[in-house]
Amino acid sequence: MEFSEHIKTANVEDVVLRQPLHPPSRGTLCITGHHLLFSDREEGSSRQVLLLLRNIDAIEKRTSGSSGTITIKCKDLQVLQLDIPGMEQCLNIAHSIETLSCLDSVSEMYPFFYRPADLSLQDQWGLSSPESYYSQMKELHGRWRLSSVNRDYSVCPSYPPAVIVPNSIDDDTLRKVAKFRQGGRFPVLCYYHRKNGMVIMRSSQPLTGANRKRCKEDELLLQAVIDGSDKGYIIDTRSSQQAQQARMTGGGFESKSCYSHWKRLHRQMERGKALQESLIKLVEACGDESNNMDRWLSKLENSKWLSYVQTALSTAGLLAECVERDGHSVLVHGSEGTDSSLLISTLAQLIMDPCCRTLDGFLALLEREWLQAGHPFQQRCAHSAYSHTRLQQESPVFLLLLDCVWQLWRQFPLALGFSEALLLRLATEVYASDYGTFLCNSDQERCAVGVKDKTHCLFQALLRPREKDYYSNPLYEPTELAIWPSVHPQSLQLWRGFFLRWTQQIRHLEEAQEEIRNMVIEWGKLALS
Amino acid sequence: KLKETMWKNNPKKILSAVENVRLLDRVSPRRSRVGTLYLTATHSIFVVNEAGVRNETWVLHSLVFSAEKQAATPSGCPLIIHCKNFQVLHFVIPRERECHDVHLSLQRLSQPESYEELYCFSYKPNVDEVERRQEWDFLDLKTDYSRMGLPNSLWKLSPVNRHYKVSDTYPADLFVPESATPPVIVGSSKFRSRGRFPALSYYSKENHAAICRSSQPLSGFSARCLEDEQMLEAILRSNPCSDFMYVVDTRPKLNAIANRAAGKGYENEDNYSNIKFQFIGIENIHVMRNSQQKMLEVCELRSPSMSDFLEGLESSGWLKHIKAVLDAGIFIAKAVAEEGVSVLVHCSDGWDRTAQVCSVASVLLDPYYRTIRGIMVLIEKDWISFGHKFSHRCNHLDGDPKEVSPVIDQFLECVWQLMEQFPCAFEFSERLLITIHSHIYSCQYGNFIGNNQRERIELGVRERTHSLWSHLWTNHADYINPLYRPDHSQTQGLLRPSTAPYSFKFWRGLYNRFDRGMHPRQSVEDYLRAIQEETQQLEEQLASHKQVRLSSATCDKSPTVRALGNDLSLANTPQDYTDGFITNSPKAPDDSLILQPQDSSQTSEPSFSNGSDQESGIADLSCRSPLSEDSTRDPDSDEAAYSAA
Repeated sequence: MEFSEHIKTANVEDVVLRQPLHPPSRGTLCITGHHLLFSDREEGSSRQVLLLLRNIDAIEKRTSGSSGTITIKCKDLQVLQLDIPGMEQCLNIAHSIETLSCLDSVSEMYPFFYRPADLSLQDQWGLSSPESYYSQMKELHGRWRLSSVNRDYSVCPSYPPAVIVPNSIDDDTLRKVAKFRQGGRFPVLCYYHRKNGMVIMRSSQPLTGANRKRCKEDELLLQAVIDGSDKGYIIDTRSSQQAQQARMTGGGFESKSCYSHWKRLHRQMERGKALQESLIKLVEACGDESNNMDRWLSKLENSKWLSYVQTALSTAGLLAECVERDGHSVLVHGSEGTDSSLLISTLAQLIMDPCCRTLDGFLALLEREWLQAGHPFQQRCAHSAYSHTRLQQESPVFLLLLDCVWQLWRQFPLALGFSEALLLRLATEVYASDYGTFLCNSDQERCAVGVKDKTHCLFQALLRPREKDYYSNPLYEPTELAIWPSVHPQSLQLWRGFFLRWTQQIRHLEEAQEEIRNMVIEWGKLALS
Repeated sequence: KLKETMWKNNPKKILSAVENVRLLDRVSPRRSRVGTLYLTATHSIFVVNEAGVRNETWVLHSLVFSAEKQAATPSGCPLIIHCKNFQVLHFVIPRERECHDVHLSLQRLSQPESYEELYCFSYKPNVDEVERRQEWDFLDLKTDYSRMGLPNSLWKLSPVNRHYKVSDTYPADLFVPESATPPVIVGSSKFRSRGRFPALSYYSKENHAAICRSSQPLSGFSARCLEDEQMLEAILRSNPCSDFMYVVDTRPKLNAIANRAAGKGYENEDNYSNIKFQFIGIENIHVMRNSQQKMLEVCELRSPSMSDFLEGLESSGWLKHIKAVLDAGIFIAKAVAEEGVSVLVHCSDGWDRTAQVCSVASVLLDPYYRTIRGIMVLIEKDWISFGHKFSHRCNHLDGDPKEVSPVIDQFLECVWQLMEQFPCAFEFSERLLITIHSHIYSCQYGNFIGNNQRERIELGVRERTHSLWSHLWTNHADYINPLYRPDHSQTQGLLRPSTAPYSFKFWRGLYNRFDRGMHPRQSVEDYLRAIQEETQQLEEQLASHKQVRLSSATCDKSPTVRALGNDLSLANTPQDYTDGFITNSPKAPDDSLILQPQDSSQTSEPSFSNGSDQESGIADLSCRSPLSEDSTRDPDSDEAAYSAA
């Protein structure tokens, strides 16, 4: 394998590993194409630490005399330290890690080599798709149709082959609309609210440009969405100023005069670089050891992360309010429609739709709204908070989603069918994984490299009985009601389970969760006997 | 119905009633309500009749911190009432004249000038005299000292302060080192502010290390006192395993130095044999008062951004002070448990910071103080008996505002912060702390009246009032933390909390207690409690060999459904996500977003009130809170007590 050319030293004896929550241990270090493996040599213990190289965000090396120390900072925020005897060995190891942890070629990544005994490549891949959503939602069938206009990804490269659109809009019209929307992301249905038949649509921005270009087909499509209703809302995840400015670069917004039945609401949501920098600042703040309260609070504030959580939840609340309370359909978009639009449409669905709150339902929602909807995972999650490399397309939008879902779970501890452990697992997997689920940037790319044929599906793996048990919320009580989150600053908290997950304190909270699980099991046994 | 209740509880009549008063909802202004405001001798009662549903909000006058009348507006005259339990009521009274009258009456009623006017002396629940006297026997500090293994060959009970002659702010019964003779004690007391000589607060059976407390020495720049030096020597000798002791001055060094100019100060290491002297900078009562005030202003902001909130929290300094108190407690607890070294703690007078630090250390050290009975004993000992000036600090009477300070709040918060870090280590839940907090200020029970034991005896508190502790014990099932297990690893021995700044949280459950919309909408605690109860029942049934047959109803329904009735309280209304855009939209009137849906399965205000916020203890707490003194009122009307949020 060509990995070997990057590995000059594969094995080192007598290495000391320092890891949070464990005493230092001495053993053998081994580098393979995808992993860093450490085996403990102490008498009576046989601990092994297996770390995906992909999980490594940054390393720092220090040599002194004849030995060296490598500090490894992982994308799951764990920080490890290796004391390696022999300077050359140390440098070789460091070099291998640096190179192998950020190989670009998708088909060389570990998911293509991961072959666990209890999974078969023939197993079904994934849980949901626009097709299955459409066939389950009988209520859709009158006014909506499944279009395969994008079957060869030619109309919109980031969309899946099948999308749900108004019945009255034919594929030719869709092609024209696609030309009027950035990246071809024409408005498609992503949620149908059974209680009142209203829908959530999502798209990218219209390409009105400086000349206020119009597109009759686009107007027609949106008119068809609200057919029979007096109006709809457009939630633009940019400020109105930002939307205005976008016209200078060919983008824009739906003007009142051309879309007279649509009311536009602007909510500025941070995206891209700003979000990545926010994560970096927050993680830096959590690692600050000055033990100074003022400094901590000011760094926490300065990172703005919690502000972004607040904005995301309140914009999702607004969206849900429009649909559920005000009884109108909503179109969501920002500029590209691959980030904040997905964030708030996902959260709004969790707020309104009990089906999304089960473990299976939530994973299916993520599959539809993030994977198939074309969130560019590979670009967004190339690096996490520790990386020293120059930022490119990185942005922790998905992590922000998980944080918001965690806030929901805190406020409605009985209403979600999954546990905090699931959110933590997803937060890890999205950056580095044995599974193929989060590889690539779109359905098209995944098809091209054969992700569905040559890798295993994380979501299927999470639903195996033992995993499913672990990732379920023992307190789950399904409810039909909407779960409106409070967005007061006092109601939102730092997601300690994630940001401080490698501290002792979190162990105590985990013990409490275990205690809860045991109590429910105990009670369940008795109630059944 | 209101009148019935009132006649039963308040022999005095309604003093005044104002109609068409509006109570604004601070969090969502659109949800304000119109009703009648009644003033009685003991309570303000706001009654709303909406669509046949009666809703009462009771506010005890003694909980009123301030009543502020603002300039009249076209819609009426605003009257803002701040309560000591952090409830804020924003009334709008139609006519200025009426507002003026209510304001005057409230000011008079909420600021009694003599102890005799306090609520505890008129509070007469349905309890006969024998029972009432038994209430006061419920807690006995001697039991706690004997639990610690005292008296023994190292520590003895000293009669020296029997008649409060040596220190009038100390309790009558005190433990001192076996070798401390009365002349040494008296001599030492003359060298200490207010005569508060070093006395025992906590003793560890396992390693003989002890926590002692006192006030500052009157050392000035060079004064010495042989007896005081002997007293410390005696404390050191009472710990046979250690050859030195710590003397911890909980003040910032500068403050202590400043005190020397006034003939007070701190121990000189050269004059005392084998002491290690240590400053721990906890700020004084004035700093703490201002800090809490600033924090409360932040809590009250109408719709703060996240940055407003965090910046405000930071600049209030509140969490910094909480951390300082906890850090000090940890220092002492570690000295005792890990080094086996005794500690003498003092500040200036030894009744504020010293009480905080000693009691926090005790909670960290001894699992007993993490039980329901234990925390009561601890407050009784380190706060009540050692003369924390509750009446001054809590402003029970119309007194010097400079004496007011949230010292006890900080202790309760430290315990809460620890509970957040160790969810399985405490037998009680947040609800107990909040209830205790309320009653410290409510003056409903005699426990916290006056400033020291001597004053309470003079007032005849034991003879004339009721005791909070036995009341809490009667209802102790309500305060149980369902995650607590005496054999859990978290429960054992010394607690080792993290004091990294990120480990400290804002205590929403206390400071925003009445802002219902801010709290979690479902309660894990109540759910688990219901499960626990049922598990017990099932076990009992199994044990008694009865045929285990649950009725079908029991089997179908989940514990919460049974615990909370039918309103599984997801009930909640959307927040102000809209920034009022909908008001600008002619086609969607304001109401459309806030009107309750017609569908009965949907959320509605009453169910919101009943089921929500239980995790933070709000709902249940209010039923029994000092706000609604009447525990016999039927459950339906308990709605009343929540309504204020």
